[in-house]
Amino acid sequence: MMMHEVLKLLFKKPFTNKFPAKYAPKSTYGFIKLVKEGKAQIIPPVPTPPKFRGKLKYDRESCVGCGLCVKVCPAKAIELVTYKEEPKEEGARPKIIRKIRIYIGRCVYCSQCVDICPRNSLSMTDEFLLANEDKLAKELIVE
Amino acid sequence: MSGGKKYTIPVGPLHPAVHEPITIKIDVEGEHIVGVDVFCSQVHRGIEWLGMNRNNPIQSIYLSERVCGICNICHPLCMVQAVEKAAEIMPTERAEYIRVIMAELERIHSHLLWAGVAGHEIGFDTVFHYTWALREAVMDLIEYLTGNRVTKAIMMFGGVRRDIDETGVRKIKEGMQYYLERFHKIEEIFLHDPTIKMRTRDVGILTREDALKLCAVGPTVRASGIPKDVRQDFPYAAYADIGVDAITPDMYNGEVHGDVFDRIIVRLLEVKQSIEIINAALDNMPSGPILAEPNLVKLQMLLKKADGEGVGRVEAPRGEDIHYVRLRKGEEPFFSWKIRAPTYNNLLPWIPMLMGEQIADVPIIAASTDPCMSCLNRVTVVDVNSSKEYVLTKEKLHELSIRKTRRLMRNAH
Repeated sequence: MMMHEVLKLLFKKPFTNKFPAKYAPKSTYGFIKLVKEGKAQIIPPVPTPPKFRGKLKYDRESCVGCGLCVKVCPAKAIELVTYKEEPKEEGARPKIIRKIRIYIGRCVYCSQCVDICPRNSLSMTDEFLLANEDKLAKELIVE
Repeated sequence: MSGGKKYTIPVGPLHPAVHEPITIKIDVEGEHIVGVDVFCSQVHRGIEWLGMNRNNPIQSIYLSERVCGICNICHPLCMVQAVEKAAEIMPTERAEYIRVIMAELERIHSHLLWAGVAGHEIGFDTVFHYTWALREAVMDLIEYLTGNRVTKAIMMFGGVRRDIDETGVRKIKEGMQYYLERFHKIEEIFLHDPTIKMRTRDVGILTREDALKLCAVGPTVRASGIPKDVRQDFPYAAYADIGVDAITPDMYNGEVHGDVFDRIIVRLLEVKQSIEIINAALDNMPSGPILAEPNLVKLQMLLKKADGEGVGRVEAPRGEDIHYVRLRKGEEPFFSWKIRAPTYNNLLPWIPMLMGEQIADVPIIAASTDPCMSCLNRVTVVDVNSSKEYVLTKEKLHELSIRKTRRLMRNAH
């Protein structure tokens, strides 16, 4: 019984999807350069499922700065930031604007902030290649 | 070779055979185990402290999900049930069915994962790869339904966060059909293979009396012939509508040994039972809303106002899981939160199981209860009065130190 399985597997193709290339490139930068020049091709990753929760997308314009997402974030990855806008007219008080800043390095991808947002300013994208040496890198902070 | 010298062999805290941090001290005479002692609590993470001090209840759902990597439906489900009882929130009917489906999908994946690990522990790696390849189908299903393979983030007070649509129902049915078709193959490998039978029959026996005395839970206790299952005894979610009977090994071949082989039988039959439960739940799933209170801001206010306590009981793949939650009016974090994971009960049965066995059987016997150390490690209580001679008190240490100084001084002269 088991022997039969083993023999069957012997002639089967491996299940692994060899993303991004068949063999690990010696230099990632060199590989990307080759891809840009059209000399090499990236094997696409396995498609993400429809309800996949990836990197957060933030619509700054519609956000009212209510801070509800800050309250429910289990990882405390969201920060409320206050900006002062200089008034256009002389003598008027400076306008205070509240927006959020998301540290993707801390995000646990539960999508709770998306659920609670009253203005639908937050959404989850399909992006998942987020590994970085620096947790405060520009790509990992959404503003 | 009885009457020979006794040796103590420590296994762990980190040992390749038990995968997770736990220490077992085994006294051996020759090859035979004559004494066992288990030391746990090496991975305490203070999860309850965070739930009682830093987090509000909604944040704690995702924290409880991270108590265990495998039981990440059971723990939030258990916690959510406790909070629902404390705050008197009624989950919607459709949500109850979705909870059952998710919990049973998790059971299939956990039991298949365990079956693979058991094969690996006895050195049968072909079985390990075969079962884990089968497990991928249920993992893909979970990924399709929730968006993630592991941390599903689907529980919410008063319901669930994601609905199962028409395509989802079709995909689950197809997945269940896939397992039903392959079930006889798994059965053939595990229950009729001479290698597995040789290594597990009459090994690590837990008698009915010991199982009752030591309060074992889950497949461990059911394999000893005791029909104990929370889904049967105290049905939660939609289990009362479906009706679940605890599975004991005598259902398969009419006899109870209480050994590792019986635990394999129970787990494999439970996979089949889970498939039936999921199919029944899909057929009877009512339509309607999935959340009792869709407005999360209102829900948060409701939880802040709530005052009371609740206990959640869930049959996790490893056994009964209990969460106790107490809410106090005007306070956002839990006033009290206590988790009792199933491995806590299944650890002491290791002692009667290991007694009289051989050293080579330690990995498979330990693995046969499907231990999960990071679940187990909650609050450490040290009883100083019952400490044995291996604990050196300060006075004793001081005395030893004085003696050594005197000895050295004597030798110097």
